[in-house]
Amino acid sequence: MTREELTTLITAKYPDIKAGTMKKYPEFIVPTDKIHQLCRELKDLPETRMDYLFGETAADRKDGFHMVYFLTSSTLGHCIMLRVVLTDKANPSVDTVSDIWRAAEYHEREVFDLFGIRFNNHPDLRRIFLEDDWVGHPLRKDYKDSFTLVK
Amino acid sequence: MEETIVDINLKDKEEYVINMGPQHPSTHGVLRFETCLQGEKVKWIVPHCGYIHRGIEKMSEKLTYPQMIHLTDRMDYLSAHINNEAVALCVEKAMEVEVSDRVKYIRTILAELTRIASHQLWWSAFGMDLGALTTFFYGLRDREKILDIFEETTGSRLTQSYITPGGLMHDVHPNFQKKVKEFCKYFRTKLPEYDELLTGNVIFRERTIGIGYMSKEDAIDFGVTGPSGRGSGFHCDIRKIEPYSAYPKVNFNEITFTEGDTYHRYLVRIKEMWESLSIIEQLVDNIPQGPIMLELKAIKAPKGDFYQRVETARGELGVYIVSDGAPQPARIHFRTPNFSNLFIINKISAGHKIADLVAISGSLDLVIPDIDR
Repeated sequence: MTREELTTLITAKYPDIKAGTMKKYPEFIVPTDKIHQLCRELKDLPETRMDYLFGETAADRKDGFHMVYFLTSSTLGHCIMLRVVLTDKANPSVDTVSDIWRAAEYHEREVFDLFGIRFNNHPDLRRIFLEDDWVGHPLRKDYKDSFTLVK
Repeated sequence: MEETIVDINLKDKEEYVINMGPQHPSTHGVLRFETCLQGEKVKWIVPHCGYIHRGIEKMSEKLTYPQMIHLTDRMDYLSAHINNEAVALCVEKAMEVEVSDRVKYIRTILAELTRIASHQLWWSAFGMDLGALTTFFYGLRDREKILDIFEETTGSRLTQSYITPGGLMHDVHPNFQKKVKEFCKYFRTKLPEYDELLTGNVIFRERTIGIGYMSKEDAIDFGVTGPSGRGSGFHCDIRKIEPYSAYPKVNFNEITFTEGDTYHRYLVRIKEMWESLSIIEQLVDNIPQGPIMLELKAIKAPKGDFYQRVETARGELGVYIVSDGAPQPARIHFRTPNFSNLFIINKISAGHKIADLVAISGSLDLVIPDIDR
């Protein structure tokens, strides 16, 4: 599907989802409570069939944590990017999509480890790289690290 | 009588957990498999990573794009050129500049040489994992020739940092074309030896055929890409899906099998070496003249989000850059192939013998620093 077709399909069903500005892939900004439902539909709908999550990560921005999801279809070949803005920086949380794509389970563990974003209903939310007793989440912009060599 | 029954029940339930790694020769790096065994059979595996986490993404936020090239070498150190290329392409596309054809050709030749060198080392170590020490000498004998070509041009054998945003660090060595052609001719005579040594070997076939079955659905669900995914019939070759550099100009086949076992993951890599040779031969005689570095005032991505996918020797590498318009990224994320390829190991090795676990993890071709970053 082209960018226009995807936009029509998604905004017709969810009027509160806005198109984003990314040039390479069609981008959509999704409200926090809609992400799981939308992902499920994008995977199941016969015209989208987004069965392959090729990236999921987060970024610490001024207006909150941005969760981004990169989806593609192994049969139809189109790509899409979804963005969820988590404005509550003190206690960020979002629904997991690991029940839709198993790949998400490990990407989400990484995001939890490095950003401290909690994923509701995640089967195994533990730190993946750092020690269990590590204090803080290094990829947050306010993370203080006396040991950083690159200032 | 009753005692005997109790004993048998106990024997059935006899489970124990052993740690394979973090210092184990067959994990090829610091990775720990927490393995639950029942007798010799694997019940479940939990991989533990992070032993070599260096915070490359955090460090990169403080570095400019040409500086961070040097960190990407240290992720998948067997695909250094391709990692460099991924960041370079992402930044170039963000800046909306295009490098000359000369740069594209050289990048692609180097990427394919990297792929061959990586598969050679994998083949050597895979044979050794299964107890065939000879393969290590054969593989490294041929890999030396590629490393010599790299050394002559870039001054380095492993972490080259040669491909940079805007082009290449400097031009290739005058001997480059001659040496590459010599290598192709040489390796075409040596590659059949690999088949003679291992592919047709009865012991090797017995230990790999039907072992570690991965279905296509599982491969897509877990995001297993590269030769491991293609062994299960997942068409995931980024060189075909989103062609970059000189790949649109060459003819090559995407190697896939539908069987999805250890043996077919092995075959994909052997056949890919032939394809890589063919790609190099199509390009090496036609390297056009042109500038090797764009004249850019400053290398910085404009404000926005950028994503670039490339095919490394192990699968799909994604580079995600969030930029505020500064010379440094606000956030850079590497979606590394090994990270996604690792976690399927629990599913595909459960029920097999512990010795098969070595074969299965070998066939996934894991490079640990690429998982941990």
